[in-house]
Amino acid sequence: MTMIFGIPVVVLMGQLLVGLINGSFYALLSLGLAVIFGLLRVINFAHGALYMLGAFTALLLLTVGGVNYWLALILSPLIVGMFGAVIERTMLSRLYKLDHLYGLLFTFGLALAIEGTFRYFYGASGMPYAAPGALSGAVDLGFMLLPVYRGWVVIVSLIVCLGVWLLIEKTKFGAYLRAATENPVLVQSFGVNVPLLLTLTYALGSGLAAFAGVLAAPVYQVNPLMGSNLIIIVFAVVVVGGMGSILGAIVTGYMLGVVEGFTKVFYPEASNTVIFVIMTIVLILRPAGLFGKDV
Amino acid sequence: MAGKSQPIQAEHIVVHSKAGQLQLMLLTLIAVALLLAPQFLYPIFVMKLLAFGLFAAAFNLLLGFTGLLSFGHATFFGGAAYFTAHAVKVWGWSPEAGISLGVAGAAGLGLVMGAIAIRRQGIYFAMITLALSQMFFFFCLQANFTHGEDGIQSVPRGQLFGVFDLSDTMTMYYFVLAIFVLGLLIVWRFVNSPFGMILKSIRENEQRAISLGYSVSRYKLGAFVMSAALTGLAGSVKALIFQFATLTDVTWQMSGEVILMTLLGGIGTLAGPVVGAGLVVTLQNYLATSDFPVTIITGVVFMICVLVFRRGLVGELSASKLGRKLGFRSES
Repeated sequence: MTMIFGIPVVVLMGQLLVGLINGSFYALLSLGLAVIFGLLRVINFAHGALYMLGAFTALLLLTVGGVNYWLALILSPLIVGMFGAVIERTMLSRLYKLDHLYGLLFTFGLALAIEGTFRYFYGASGMPYAAPGALSGAVDLGFMLLPVYRGWVVIVSLIVCLGVWLLIEKTKFGAYLRAATENPVLVQSFGVNVPLLLTLTYALGSGLAAFAGVLAAPVYQVNPLMGSNLIIIVFAVVVVGGMGSILGAIVTGYMLGVVEGFTKVFYPEASNTVIFVIMTIVLILRPAGLFGKDV
Repeated sequence: MAGKSQPIQAEHIVVHSKAGQLQLMLLTLIAVALLLAPQFLYPIFVMKLLAFGLFAAAFNLLLGFTGLLSFGHATFFGGAAYFTAHAVKVWGWSPEAGISLGVAGAAGLGLVMGAIAIRRQGIYFAMITLALSQMFFFFCLQANFTHGEDGIQSVPRGQLFGVFDLSDTMTMYYFVLAIFVLGLLIVWRFVNSPFGMILKSIRENEQRAISLGYSVSRYKLGAFVMSAALTGLAGSVKALIFQFATLTDVTWQMSGEVILMTLLGGIGTLAGPVVGAGLVVTLQNYLATSDFPVTIITGVVFMICVLVFRRGLVGELSASKLGRKLGFRSES
């Protein structure tokens, strides 16, 4: 058996894959957070709850309506996105003129309320959600067995991340978004409906979180607490990447996922904390984050 | 110029100390009520109120008077609880030594976390404290002395100064009450000291404080360590009251809870956090017997507070006509 640093290649590759999959979720979630933070200046503490909501919506669509995975992958983000739009329009939008910390506190309360509700109805135990038939099984890559669904997660999240990045950097909508981040009053005076733009941004971020939730449902179990366990790590990813930086969120997400995976091989005790350790080091050396502009 | 600004400053201080005296009187009244409270209420419950009241007041030292939102105060609360519980149970230390260790440990953790976090402001500061606190959570989850999910259980309360037997509930109660009053006095003294004034000036306008020549980061760090140490005092006492230290106390949900207490009672007021803590703890105690989940209520109360009730109970009272008659000043 081939060995690297005394560790079998198969094990190493397995952890690389686990890291890439976790990294996919980190990237998708921190991307949504970065988009929302960039324009709304709100740290969306409810992001984990929206991710959980996405997974639960897919599960409920299946058990109640018989909707399959592929349709849920589109429907669930739309439903959660609409939910996000309603929240933004009715409540969050009242807080923009205040200290940004109130946005964080409000979404924290929202997260508690959503998670509490689901925990009340579904308990804390996980419920399985089967991967679609077309993506079950595994392919032999020669050096390791790759479960098809996991490969799919990595590829589709890369595509979505790239798509959102292109949307923001290359389209007119994205140009408005970026302009509105710089100077909302000026953009409004050009006839752009900035409040609508803000609502759409929050809906987009919520939808991205829900999309990640549906993707995650077959990998992890669907559980009311799945979001709150993840959200703090994603915050650390955002801080390392540089808050508000789209590219930073994506790159750091995958990178930290892989680092975490490898840590599990070489020093398992630190695998839970390695991301926070990296965050601390980065903050001491570069307070604005790897890709952030200094504030 | 200096001569001209002098009287204004002096007047300012007089107004503050007058209002401060009234607030102190009110606190004394509450203290008297608390002396008699265990006759009517379950003593452990009142002790829990006091511990969390002190926790919230210590937290507000940072949020209310310095304008720094820490999302990692559970580290100092739970960390101190672990230190005290371990010292008292495993090393056989006396309760006062155990509490001292808890406070010192919390201050040390506060120094490290504060030194890293004060490099950034606002939301960034909150996120960094949150992430560092999560690091400490995983440390507590894996370290041997904390006993992971089980926590440190059946911690003996011991003999205070070798004289007072704290296993007696009423003795323990008056000990906790004394610490609570002492803690609040420290907060009050601190807030109304020149140091506290500088902190408020940083909260109001950091750039101006810098241009006045204050080394703002040092003051912020000082406030952070002070807040951490007092939070540690609350955590240490909590460990002795319930005779255990568990992971719950170091979770980020605990950091969120103390923010809610402060927000609900009134950010930047002296009595607010204590009132808020009382409400939250009472609510939790009441709901614990029903099967309705506390998190839903907590979350909804949070949202309502942020949307329509940002001054909190005490803040709203101070701003009202009645409050002004009573001599309150609205602060935040």
